[in-house]
Amino acid sequence: MKTGTLKQILLITDGCSNQGEDPAAMAALAREQGISVNVIGVMENDTINEKGLQEIESIALSGGGISQIVYSKQLSHTVQMVTRKAMTQTIQGLVNKELQQILGKSTSMEDLPPDKRGEVMEVVDELGETSKLEVLILVDTSASMKHKLPTVKDALLDLSLSMNARMGDNKFSVFVFPGKRKDVEKLLDWTPKLEVLTKIFPKLTTGGITPTGPAINEALGYFQKKRSLRGLLSHDDESYFEETV
Amino acid sequence: MMTNHTLRKQCNLLPGSLITGKWNKNPYQIKEELGYGANGIVYLAESNYGQVALKLSDDYSSISSEMNILKSFSKVQGHSLGPSFFEADDLLKNGRPLPFYVMEYIRGEGYLAFIEKKGESWIGVLMLQLLSSLGELHKQGWAFGDLKPDNLIVTLPAYKIRCIDVGGTTLFGRSIKEFTEFFDRGYWGMGSRKADPQYDLFAVAMIIINSFYPKRFSKKGDGYTQLNELIKQKRGLHPYSKVLNGAMRGQYHSADEMRNDLLNVLNKEHEHKKTQTNSTSQGKKNNKGTSQTRTMRKRKKRRGVLETLILAIFVSILYVLYVYNQFL
Repeated sequence: MKTGTLKQILLITDGCSNQGEDPAAMAALAREQGISVNVIGVMENDTINEKGLQEIESIALSGGGISQIVYSKQLSHTVQMVTRKAMTQTIQGLVNKELQQILGKSTSMEDLPPDKRGEVMEVVDELGETSKLEVLILVDTSASMKHKLPTVKDALLDLSLSMNARMGDNKFSVFVFPGKRKDVEKLLDWTPKLEVLTKIFPKLTTGGITPTGPAINEALGYFQKKRSLRGLLSHDDESYFEETV
Repeated sequence: MMTNHTLRKQCNLLPGSLITGKWNKNPYQIKEELGYGANGIVYLAESNYGQVALKLSDDYSSISSEMNILKSFSKVQGHSLGPSFFEADDLLKNGRPLPFYVMEYIRGEGYLAFIEKKGESWIGVLMLQLLSSLGELHKQGWAFGDLKPDNLIVTLPAYKIRCIDVGGTTLFGRSIKEFTEFFDRGYWGMGSRKADPQYDLFAVAMIIINSFYPKRFSKKGDGYTQLNELIKQKRGLHPYSKVLNGAMRGQYHSADEMRNDLLNVLNKEHEHKKTQTNSTSQGKKNNKGTSQTRTMRKRKKRRGVLETLILAIFVSILYVLYVYNQFL
């Protein structure tokens, strides 16, 4: 069984969006394209208000991902765990689909006896270790995030440490919102290593509005662009092979 | 630690309640709650197997992964670090199935509580035990992963150290999925999170440090410098300093190698204490006593040099005689 590349958006924020499209709708749009959206809400002594909390949950729910509210102190551990959990969830979804094709519509992992479940889980674990992973990280840089940014940086370095210990390939890209002129600004292009962030992050300016919805929307385009480009390339390859044969 | 309230609500079982598995129909009487983690609650239960530990969760994937690990452990001959596995089943609770598995109940005291009660002299011995168990595990190609005092239990009456949570166990070459920052090589910036023997040995070093810093501490600046500074600050850690450094830098090729070094430290420490107590019993002669032993040692050394010299001269005389004979 092949899972192809697992695609995730990881949104790190500390509150409510206040401009543009409904972020939950944009997350649902992502899910339709096979990209899961995970959200981490960062607190610092203060608590996130009810509205922000609800938004965070609904983004993850409609984005087929995981949400977690966390104190900034625990951010590192949470970021890598959420990413991992979301991977397992996606793979499990795919495996469940496969199972249903073999064993009938109503079968899912829960319906199997524990021993068989263990065997299925071995496959899931194997795929989690070897699959390619692409994570687009969206960082909220509105004014209230200012003090949390160093912690976010550490958490992202920790994420690349964890993920790069896997056997499968990883690619990360980092976007911040709001951008200087646009809703979103690209900070780091697709790369397996996030160490570069150490230099870029301290220069970030915070402030402005929180256009979470538009940010997710634009991030999606970035996945698509890349996919279509790759699609073109692979197409070229195929035709080349056809010609030579 | 993240709290999972839905887990608490869903997996809560009251002492005295009787549960029966959906598949194997084995009954379990819940005695008490033993522990509570990120992905499940562990209960003590009475069963056909006798007293057992029963882990209940709402997360199928983590329960199944752990079950797989426990099962593969049961196949490893003579492996005694983790609990042995009995069976896995589902519990129907309010019409919803919750997965659980049943394993050997390891009775004993938590590592840190044990050290606090019995004293620091136990640290070295228990770590020797832990290192030999790890050595066995490593020979099978596995790293333990989430090694920490919270997962270590000193069993009675044999005073043998064992592990109760095997959820972090990982095949060499794969990524460590479960870890605790304080004991994690990656967190301290001293290596990757890929499973290898050195990953576990780093955690052992941190357990020793944790024994002297029960409250732990978080990373500030360069990890290696900070850890060394903190080792310096605790007298009790001084004898271990070289072993700790070796483990932290990943210089030991195997658990056995680290074990040997630790054993040497403990033996020396023992001798050192002996001479210390001797000298203190001599009271005021203390200083004189130590200087006497020092000169004795020097004399011994000199005598050693003299012996080799005489031997060398003797051999060369024999050789000269032999050569002389040949010429004749």
